[in-house]
Amino acid sequence: MTGPRTSRYARDVAVVAFAQSDHLRRTDELSEVEMVMPVLHQVLAATGLKAGEIGFTCSGSSDYLAGRAFSFTMTLDGVGAWPPISESHVEMDGAWALYEAWVKIQTGEADTALVYSYGKSSPGSVRDVLTRQLDPYYLAPLWPDSVALAALQAQALVDAGETDEPALAAIAARSRADAGANPHAQLRGAVPQGDYQVRPLRTGDCPPVGDGVAAVVLAAGDLARQLCDRPAWITGIDHRIEAHGLGLRDLTDSPSTRIAAQRAGLFDAPVDTAELHAPFSSQEVVLRKALGLGDTVAVNPSGGALAANPMMAAGLIRIGEAAARIHRGASDRAVAHATSGPCLQQNLVAVLEGDTR
Amino acid sequence: MTAASPPEVLRAPLVVEFPFTRSLGPVQSAFLTGLRDGVVLGVKTSDGRVAVPPVEYDPVTSEEIRELVEVAATGTVTTWAWNDRPRPQQPLGTPFAWVLVKLDGADTALLHALDAPGPDAVRTGMRVRVRWAAERTGAITDIACFEPYDGPAPKAGPAPHDGVFQDPVTGIVAEARLDYVYSPGRAQTAYINALSEQRTVGERCPSCHKVYVPPRGACPTCGVATTDQVEVGPAGTVTTFCIVNIKAKNLDIEVPYVYAHIALDGAGLALHGRIGGIPYDQVRMGLRVEPVWTEGGRYPDHYRPTGEPDADYDAYKELI
Ligand SMILES: [Zn+2]
Repeated sequence: MTGPRTSRYARDVAVVAFAQSDHLRRTDELSEVEMVMPVLHQVLAATGLKAGEIGFTCSGSSDYLAGRAFSFTMTLDGVGAWPPISESHVEMDGAWALYEAWVKIQTGEADTALVYSYGKSSPGSVRDVLTRQLDPYYLAPLWPDSVALAALQAQALVDAGETDEPALAAIAARSRADAGANPHAQLRGAVPQGDYQVRPLRTGDCPPVGDGVAAVVLAAGDLARQLCDRPAWITGIDHRIEAHGLGLRDLTDSPSTRIAAQRAGLFDAPVDTAELHAPFSSQEVVLRKALGLGDTVAVNPSGGALAANPMMAAGLIRIGEAAARIHRGASDRAVAHATSGPCLQQNLVAVLEGDTR
Repeated sequence: MTAASPPEVLRAPLVVEFPFTRSLGPVQSAFLTGLRDGVVLGVKTSDGRVAVPPVEYDPVTSEEIRELVEVAATGTVTTWAWNDRPRPQQPLGTPFAWVLVKLDGADTALLHALDAPGPDAVRTGMRVRVRWAAERTGAITDIACFEPYDGPAPKAGPAPHDGVFQDPVTGIVAEARLDYVYSPGRAQTAYINALSEQRTVGERCPSCHKVYVPPRGACPTCGVATTDQVEVGPAGTVTTFCIVNIKAKNLDIEVPYVYAHIALDGAGLALHGRIGGIPYDQVRMGLRVEPVWTEGGRYPDHYRPTGEPDADYDAYKELI
């Protein structure tokens, strides 16, 4: 067995386990910790590690989704954080929690990490909640919701001749069809495109709103090989952000994704799989271009965010799904992408590789 | 005994309001004051472009930028999206187009609403002009929206502007309200349902056997679900306390009064409550107390002495 082929970092770090909840429209009968805990148990069980044996724990979530202040301290109850553990939290998608954990392992301060994230959007109206992340002077007072902003980007793509409504519908249909094989997905099979939500985006071009959880375990070096038959080595990872002013950006392109991919070594060798965090069908068009993905690459075999989009977890799930394909031998080199902010403002790209078979 | 049906999920409205008062930098202040006075300002970026809306720092170099110019109140749509069902608080109550508009003289686009009869009347490249709000205060909403305009762009380019106005706007109040429907989850639902029968029900950790009151569904020490329900109390022991001398807003309780940590009998940790029925300066650690319910109360109004001898320190020292 050989090690990772293109590692450029001090330590070889791999995703050794991934677990996720079923993603559901509502989970009224569960508090956030009740929703998170089974997934934590599942991901730890996959490695045989106990919570106390994990070197670093990092989570991602947003209190605004469910309207509960400091909800992440409540969900930490599900980890078993006593005696006090080394722990951190980001008010972001869990992909960025994974990045922090990966850095922690690179520094040598930990050999393993538990990363989890969750979103419980059902108590509120996520379209309105997300307006509160916008510039408070020029944008937030207008309450432009997440679908409206994505629709502006979609129209810019249509105007530029990069896509059209039938092409967007095909992305939506392919995603939900592929999700037929994903028992955790919220939308599976044939889903009608429906009416315009905000034109040119129809219901089918938009992600489902729902509640869900994801968790991964990272491990370094030989420990990763002990914990997992075929670790998914993170041979590159980087994230970049663009200006917050929408009018300052070319919405038909994603230079931040492209630079992150370059720095993660994506273009050094072909990939067979891409898990892209494209909540809207039109955003897949932008990401395919930025990442230079050809027709031979399996894009979002899990169904992607169009099939399940738990806020703050859908990006981490992309990394988890790509890693799981490597674990089970369905992929040798995969790219995973996560996004944050309106119209793909911030983007994280990770390249994952399995040992040569 | 019949098998209990799962308790009905509890739901209650939850409103979160956060009106932030935000100060403005010099460029934002000039821009928003200008809108109040019917003038649209941009700022020159270090690569010579005119940014509207203007920013305090260069988007490429991050240098402070301060060179203001006046641009026209007319412009061109760079992209749009038709919004058939306006949401509360959006700029127009009737169907409208979201637009990014490059004002004449600007090199970047501004997000706003366009009042148009329907999607067929909107296209990228169409000419629009600002419709000013009737009452203006120095906010982005001083632009009520854009409206179609068939005139050409002015011949003159952006003119330098000193950004000086009478009574400049130096801050905004960013109102925000989000509405939720809160559900407490399995463990807290059981706790709340028991309280409605004036009982206090905790949950025991299957691993370390600690009884949590109120239960949150997980043992934070062991990281496992707490599933065994345990009725605790009704009496308990004051483990520690403080004397409150500041009258709380909207609270009809005379000061000074005592607020205490109370370990209910059988509970593995203390909850807190007010102590009544005893002069404030006679409350002590170890005092035995019981809950006092008021008519229709959803939780004990306060706790009063039971009259039992004080508890031994050893009996509650682990619960402080
Ligand atoms: Zn326990």
